[in-house]
Amino acid sequence: MSATQVLFWFLSVLAIFSAIMMVASKNPIHSVLWLIIVFFAISGHYVLLNAQFLAIVNLIVYAGAIMVLFLFVIMLMNLNADTEPQKNKWLKMAGVIAGGALLLVFVAALKNADLKNQLVQTNSGEIGLINNLGLSLFHDYVVPFEVSSVLFLSAMVGAVVIAKKND
Amino acid sequence: MLLSIDWIFIIEKCILIAVIIGISLVVAMYETWAERKVAAIMQDRRGPNRAGVFGILQPMADGLKLFMKEEIIPNLSNRFLFVLGPGLAMLTAMMTSAVVPWSSHLDIKGRMVSLQVADINIGILYIFGVVSMGVYGIMIGGWASNNKFSLLAAVRGASQIISYELAMGLSFIALLMLTGTLSLRTIVEQQQDHLYNFIYQPLGFFIFLICAFAECNRTPFDLSEAENELNFGYHQEYSSMKLGFYLFAEYVNMFISSAVMATLFFGGYDIPFVNDISFGQQHGQNVLAILQGLSLFVKVGVFIFFFMWVRWTIPRFRYDQLMRLGWKILIPLALINMLATGFIILLRNNGWHL
Repeated sequence: MSATQVLFWFLSVLAIFSAIMMVASKNPIHSVLWLIIVFFAISGHYVLLNAQFLAIVNLIVYAGAIMVLFLFVIMLMNLNADTEPQKNKWLKMAGVIAGGALLLVFVAALKNADLKNQLVQTNSGEIGLINNLGLSLFHDYVVPFEVSSVLFLSAMVGAVVIAKKND
Repeated sequence: MLLSIDWIFIIEKCILIAVIIGISLVVAMYETWAERKVAAIMQDRRGPNRAGVFGILQPMADGLKLFMKEEIIPNLSNRFLFVLGPGLAMLTAMMTSAVVPWSSHLDIKGRMVSLQVADINIGILYIFGVVSMGVYGIMIGGWASNNKFSLLAAVRGASQIISYELAMGLSFIALLMLTGTLSLRTIVEQQQDHLYNFIYQPLGFFIFLICAFAECNRTPFDLSEAENELNFGYHQEYSSMKLGFYLFAEYVNMFISSAVMATLFFGGYDIPFVNDISFGQQHGQNVLAILQGLSLFVKVGVFIFFFMWVRWTIPRFRYDQLMRLGWKILIPLALINMLATGFIILLRNNGWHL
C-alpha cells in the first residue's frame, strides 16, 4: 500500500463514520461538530486528487462560514438533547425511504457511466490547481459564471431586505 | 515495506516543524514579558524586575503559576468540548506557520533544505482558511462552559472575527491581483527583485493590519475578553493552564500574523538594501539563510512592538463602533482598493505606463 492509499482509506473511513455520527447523535451541537469533521475529510480527499483550491475553498466556505452560522443558531436557541423533539415514527420511515430512493437514483445513474476505465488521477491531475481552474472558468465558462454571480447578488440583496424589515 | 516514501524528507520536515513550533512558543512566552515591559515604559513604571535580570525569567514564573493552579471544570459543562476549546485555539494559532517561508534554504552537504514547511500553491488561501477555523476555539469553549455570559462573549467574539475576515479577504485579493500567485515563497521572491508590496498596496496593508488586530482579539478590538467592562469573556469558566492556553494562543497568533504581514507586504526574509543573491555567493548559502531568517525576525519584532504600542495607547471600541468600522468602512474601502488596483492593472496591460 502506498502512502496515498493509506490516506485514502483513513479519510474515507473518517468521512463515513463522521457522517453517520452526525445523523445519529442526539445533541445538535455534536451533529454540527461531526459535520465539520466530514468537511475536513472531504477536503482531504480533494487534496489527494490534487485539487487544492477546491479543498481550501470547501473548508473556508463550509467549515469556516456556514457551519459557524449553524453553531450560532443552535447555541443561541439553546437546543440540546432534551429539547430536541422526537420525530414520529412514520416521519422516520418516510425519511429512510426517501434517502434509499436517492441512493437508488445515484447507483442507477453511475452504473452505466464509464468509470471503470478511468482511474483517479491522484497527485498528477492538473485541472484542480488554481491556475487551470481560473483559465477554464474565465475562458470556457464565463457566461455561467456571470449568471451565478447575479444569483449571488440577488441573494445578498434579499438578505439585506429581510434584515432591514423590522427597522 | 508498507510505505515507499522519502524518509529523509519526512525527518527534515518533522525537525523543521518542531523547531518552528518551539520558536513560536518561546517568542510567544517572551511576548508576554515584552508586553508588560512595554506597558511599564509607556506608563512610566518599571515592569516585572524580580525574576532574573530585568525580569527575564518572569514568563517561566507565570507559566509555572498557571500550571500549579487548581484546575476547575464546571459540573454542568460538556467535559470533552470544554477541554477541546483551548486545544483548538492553540492548534489553529500554530497551523498558519506551516506556509510562512522563514528563510530561503540551507545547504547541508549538497542537500537543499527549504526553510518552509510546505510551499503549497494556495498559500494565502490556506492562511485564510486556518484563520476562519479560529472561530471554533472561541465558540466551542464559550458554549461548553454552560454559562450565559461565556456564551454571549463567545458569540460576540466570533461575530467580530467573521466580520473582519471579509475585509481581510478583500485586501488579500488586491494583493493577489498584483502578484499573480498565491504561493508565499513566490511573493517574497518577487519582492526581492522589485519594491516591497507595501509601496504598491498601502491601503491594502492598513486594512490587513486592522483586520489582523481584530482577528487576534487585540485592543482596540478585544471585546471578546473585555474583562473590566463586559465580564471576563468566553474563557470566564476556565482556570489553570486551559486559561493559559487561550491567553497564550493570542500571543502565538500575534507572532504568526506579524510574520504573515512581513511576508506579504514587507519582503519577508529579504534583507533590505542588500542584493541577497550576490551576498549569498560571497559568504555562502548558509550564512545568507541565517541572516535572512534574522531579517524576517527583526521585521516581525517591529510588528509585535507595534501591536503592543497600539494596545497601550488606544482605548477599546464600543461594540456597535466595532461593527460599523468593520462593515461600513473597512469593507467598502477594501472594495475600492480592489477596483482601483484592477483598473490600474488593466491600464498597464493595455500599454499605459504608470
